[in-house]
Amino acid sequence: MPIIKQKDYKTWKKFDRKRDLQNWLCWFLGTLIFSFCFGLISSKTIWFYVFDSHNEALDLLGRMFPPETNYFFTLIKPIWDTLNIATIGTTIGTLIAIPLAFLSANNTTPSKKFIRPLALFCIVSSRSINSVIWALLLVAVVGPGVLAGIIAIGLRSIGFCGKLLYEAIEEIDENQIEAIEATGANKAQIMTFGIVPQILPAFTSISIYRWDINIREATVVGLVGAGGIGIELDAQIGDLAWAKVSVILLAIVVAVVFSEWITAKIRKAII
Amino acid sequence: MLKTINLKKVYPNGEEALKGINLEIPNGQVVALIGPSGAGKSTFIRTINRLVEPTSGKVYFANKKNDITSLNKSKLRKIRRQIGMIFQEFALVERLSVMENVLSGRLGYVGFWNSFFRKFPQKDIEEAFRLLQRIGLEHMLDKRADELSGGQRQRVGIARALIQNPMLLLVDEPTASLDPKNSRQIMRLICELCKERNLAAIINIHDVFLAQNFAERIIGLKAGEIVYDGKPSGLSETILTKIYGEEDWSKNVAN
Repeated sequence: MPIIKQKDYKTWKKFDRKRDLQNWLCWFLGTLIFSFCFGLISSKTIWFYVFDSHNEALDLLGRMFPPETNYFFTLIKPIWDTLNIATIGTTIGTLIAIPLAFLSANNTTPSKKFIRPLALFCIVSSRSINSVIWALLLVAVVGPGVLAGIIAIGLRSIGFCGKLLYEAIEEIDENQIEAIEATGANKAQIMTFGIVPQILPAFTSISIYRWDINIREATVVGLVGAGGIGIELDAQIGDLAWAKVSVILLAIVVAVVFSEWITAKIRKAII
Repeated sequence: MLKTINLKKVYPNGEEALKGINLEIPNGQVVALIGPSGAGKSTFIRTINRLVEPTSGKVYFANKKNDITSLNKSKLRKIRRQIGMIFQEFALVERLSVMENVLSGRLGYVGFWNSFFRKFPQKDIEEAFRLLQRIGLEHMLDKRADELSGGQRQRVGIARALIQNPMLLLVDEPTASLDPKNSRQIMRLICELCKERNLAAIINIHDVFLAQNFAERIIGLKAGEIVYDGKPSGLSETILTKIYGEEDWSKNVAN
């Protein structure tokens, strides 16, 4: 921050002349790039459709109303499937995430050079692939249906729960571990008496949170054939049966609100 | 009872925490280890039960022939059962109950699955009741450790160490997190219990006054070396200056 000396007084400016010029140039270039891109996108957009979009949207809404309320009862089974995909998938995911987290946490891993990178790789690869992509692959492997959905949700959950859990393990209070170790306890006892009580609250809130996310994800995996309400949604959109689509969307909202309510209850009870 | 020969510890960063400690402690002696922060007090007691691995030197315990520093893991665990440890920040497992914390002192004697399902032998449970009564916390046994006050937590820490039925107590700054009144009560409790059970103890302590009042022998540690070993009454101004550095010690010297 330069102090500028004039003849008989000194003053202060945040930036000197060179920084001022650089800042101005950056803004200028930024504006130039933005205008160029805007032009490019605009030239490839059919503006007729865009200006007509409000009519289309109203038209779609019109065809969605009134919803076919009777159709709701045929949705009960797919909603039940969706809830099952989410719940069983979360359970499988967290069960596999627990050992992975212990193998990847700095303070519990048996080998920092070999096993830790391997476990971290499993966690990262599970995290980096979206559940819809897992579902696409699994529909090809195990065939369409609920099973593919469960495995897809489970695989995606491993990484999420594993990462948060191993971070929780790395943050435990080492003094408590030291005290248990000093009594002559073995490794397994140190784990159950020293580590588990410390990470239990984190573990419950992580798995509840993931279940909450998985309810939403389970509605989508159906779009690629992996069971649940998504299959129904895909089929009705294909049939242009908009009055049914609106019922499905409502059902999804109801299911999500229901899961929010349950998770809030469980959180209150446990933590 | 405990004998260390030329015990050294060099940390990976090159810091020489212990520069060859030779020490012998007879049965039932309560020793206070004083010295400035960073003198190696905590390192010293941790090298005895190998929570910190010593770099070189030997530790002989309970008149056994084997040197602790050369034991394998399962034998080390057996030795650890006979050495109780009490910590500065209490180091209780916060989310477990008082009873579970006390019983965790028996982990070295109980198998994994029994400890997992909290099935401890009846005589351990009776001993836990007795100890809780002795430290005045029998009405708290179902409380979670994090609900207790500092003084109460340290009492539970003492009970956890004593239920091991140890021959030696390693005590790391037991009063550093406590107020003056609780500090005295805790020191008194530790010393009384040592008398009752003819237990030897090494107590790391900042507070020279407490050390003088409660211990029968004082060891002054400075920069990893013993600079004083003798009676509490022998702590003169020159010796305190040697241990801690230049300061007005006239008020601290026992008359």
